[in-house]
Amino acid sequence: MKMTRIFAAAIAALGFAGTAAAFEGEQYPPKEHHWHHDGPFGTYDRQSVQRGYQIYQEVCASCHSMDLMRFRNLAQRGGPFEEEAFPNPNDNPVVMQIAGSYTRVWDQDEVNDDGDPIERAGLPSDAFPAPFANVQMARASNGGAYPPDLSLIVKARTGGENYLYSLLTGYYDEPEDSHLAPGMYYNPYFAGGAIAMAPPLAEGIIEYADGTEASVEQMAEDVTTFLSWAGDPHMETRKQMGVMVLLYLLIFAILVYLAYRQVWANVKH
Amino acid sequence: MTEENGAPGADGQEPSRRDFIYIAAGGAAAVGGGLVAWPFIDQMNPAADTLALGSIRVDVSVVAVGSEVTVMWRGGPVFIRHRTEEEIAEAQSVELDALPDEEARNDNLPTGTPGTDANRVLRPEFLIVKGNCTHLGCVPLGLGANTGDYDGWYCPCHGSHYDTSARIRRGPAPENLPVPDYFFETETTVKIGLSPEEASNSGWAVS
Amino acid sequence: MSGPSTYNPSTGIEKWLDDRLPIIRLGYDSFVDFPTPRNLNYWWTFGGILAVFLMIQIVSGIVLAMHYVAHEDYAFESVQRITRDVPFGWLIQSMHANGASFFFVAVYLHMFRGLYYGSYKAPREVLWILGVVIYLLMMATGFMGYVLPWGQMSYWGAMVITNLIGALPFIGDALREWLWGGFSVGQSTLNRFFSLHYLLPFVIAAVVGLHIWALHVPGNGNPVGLETRKGKDNKKDTLPFHPYYTVKDGFAIIVYLMVFAVFVFFLPTVLGHADNYIEADPLVTPAHIVPEWYYLPFYAILRAITFDIGPIDAKLGGVLAMFGAIGILFVLPWLDTSKVRSMRYRPLTRWFFIFFVVAALGLGWCGAVNPDDFVLGITGFKFLYLGQFLTFYYFAYFIIVLPVMGIIEKPKERPASIEAAVLGSDKA
Repeated sequence: MKMTRIFAAAIAALGFAGTAAAFEGEQYPPKEHHWHHDGPFGTYDRQSVQRGYQIYQEVCASCHSMDLMRFRNLAQRGGPFEEEAFPNPNDNPVVMQIAGSYTRVWDQDEVNDDGDPIERAGLPSDAFPAPFANVQMARASNGGAYPPDLSLIVKARTGGENYLYSLLTGYYDEPEDSHLAPGMYYNPYFAGGAIAMAPPLAEGIIEYADGTEASVEQMAEDVTTFLSWAGDPHMETRKQMGVMVLLYLLIFAILVYLAYRQVWANVKH
Repeated sequence: MTEENGAPGADGQEPSRRDFIYIAAGGAAAVGGGLVAWPFIDQMNPAADTLALGSIRVDVSVVAVGSEVTVMWRGGPVFIRHRTEEEIAEAQSVELDALPDEEARNDNLPTGTPGTDANRVLRPEFLIVKGNCTHLGCVPLGLGANTGDYDGWYCPCHGSHYDTSARIRRGPAPENLPVPDYFFETETTVKIGLSPEEASNSGWAVS
Repeated sequence: MSGPSTYNPSTGIEKWLDDRLPIIRLGYDSFVDFPTPRNLNYWWTFGGILAVFLMIQIVSGIVLAMHYVAHEDYAFESVQRITRDVPFGWLIQSMHANGASFFFVAVYLHMFRGLYYGSYKAPREVLWILGVVIYLLMMATGFMGYVLPWGQMSYWGAMVITNLIGALPFIGDALREWLWGGFSVGQSTLNRFFSLHYLLPFVIAAVVGLHIWALHVPGNGNPVGLETRKGKDNKKDTLPFHPYYTVKDGFAIIVYLMVFAVFVFFLPTVLGHADNYIEADPLVTPAHIVPEWYYLPFYAILRAITFDIGPIDAKLGGVLAMFGAIGILFVLPWLDTSKVRSMRYRPLTRWFFIFFVVAALGLGWCGAVNPDDFVLGITGFKFLYLGQFLTFYYFAYFIIVLPVMGIIEKPKERPASIEAAVLGSDKA
């Protein structure tokens, strides 16, 4: 029921965005935040992605799955734990250690001779373990709301990184005239203003391995950077190749233009 | 009317510069075409998720003496047999010139290594070989079904007999069953897909 | 083809082949020695650009089909696997997705060029109609292709568009079920859309062959709208296609590819929709369903009909208007009564044309937003009303403006020939 109401509010918010009528649940446009990976040459801040992974692992992963992620992704080219000595991400010791720290049934088809699923330590080729077996279980544990999968969350939300960052840092005291249902939190960056996710980040809830101060803004930036990388892991290769392709096309265009001038040199047209 | 003959630059402009532009433009087109082709060819190579399954880890402690297991590796079977003393002795006693294929066929060792039993195993008790007959790729039968005339494996398709070192002894198969790259990570875990040398270079614990 | 062939087989093998299968002669006459008006401007390069993009789409599509899984449980994941794990998959997927948009940009420019310079008029009616057929096939191909990634927009776009069929009287429901292969958009729908999405581009390629054939009978139109003269004057009006137009088209293609590369490499998702990164869920509709941008004007026309017209209810009326908006292009050659091809010499109609382009863009805008929103925040001025007005103009342009203007408008004086237009002062 709650979802229906949020959904109705979302439609209303979208429908009347931009009109003068301010009412409860007005959605704020996302904050403008500078990202290290912005622009045609921007690269991911590796340290930030690593810290972001720590946040995901210690904070988000208890509710949010990342079904498309494999442990090996963490060590692939452009990933947070990439190391030159291990060109094959499956051999990366950090990732092997991370994967190995989870023991569970990874695949219902992986069975022993009695036909029972095998429980074993994770391998780099295994997927990030999901907190819930299915959508129903996820809803049941979260008051009816479904914590979305985060693999593509930056791409799957209008506003991308800025939206996510705003959402994570956008929990305010609820305005007087709002009528939040129990279990809902006020967040004006969320469509409808009422979100079922409790404020996930708070000062000092984790201690960064690299000693960075874990302020809410810092954590929001890091986890957003991590999720941005997770949704677009080939971004750096893509941009580098793009620069080369454009340079090539530019030279090619100049040569063909010169040829064009030559061919048409004495022709009136 | 010079313009009508379709010959660009027929006005006597220096030909070398003109030709240079045409050749450069044509060359750029050829180079570009070649570079564009590569992604479309490379995409058919094994994808990262497929490569990630290129090596597997097997717990061999569950394989009792005198039994064998078949595991999937790179889309095909791998036989792991925990050999008995008799089987080991039998394999070691075979003279090289009794073998149709005298090569070790061990991915861990260079080609030309003689096919003694010692060159086919890392530890004598565990024989680990790829499970496709070297004749036409059928999966030979083993313990519990038909071990053939040499107590190893028997391929029902065309009647190839393998011994307890999985070497071809009789039948149409031209080569011994190949030994994949593998190493013992611990006393009881074997990692198939990496040679001991590759493994230690990559920082793996090699037992 | 126009004029006698000038191909001279230079080697024995060519001669031998020419007597049996004159394919080199066909290529030579069509793309080397083909007499082309000497005054074509850059608007005429989009045909070549379109040929390149058809090839890009077919090649990248075949490659994607090697990795794609047309199953409702795996389709979304398989597309993501392409972009994550397949070597260069991210590049090929981005080329294919953005390629569709660039294909449509080029086809719209190509069509507006045809409308402005009267390329649809005799003796090029069949050429124009074949072009409209290609456009329709592209729309169908693009629509089914967008369903394949099986995201939320894929699913709900398919749902909304296929439900339009249900508006047809009597047969609507049966036809819709037949199209779905079930009681809703599902596995059967996805699988058949994949099959057809793979098939249709080859049909397009075949119709493109006819389109080029139909082009090479009368030859190209041109900015002044005069036919090239026959006989010895023909050479004064034309240039051989190669090298003059191969190099000009080539340059235009490269420039267009540069813009394409900017999107493929730096803005790969900007033309898509965020909701399509959420896997299809038949139980949750996205807040705001919009089709791909290239369908937006027609989507706006669909939504503009909010009233019943006699026995036709609003829903059916919208569907008829939407298909009518494309259908009317088929009869356009007979609606325009003017003998003058090029808008350069039609001082009044030219302005109507310019407003037609504005209307088309405006309809695209209306299609992208909620029809109950206010245009520029002006209270009361709903996008719905703007859409209705522009829809009216869209049809009026074809049904009223072109037939009437052809009769009442006094065209400007035209040059005597293409040669005169090129040499003379008339450099419009």
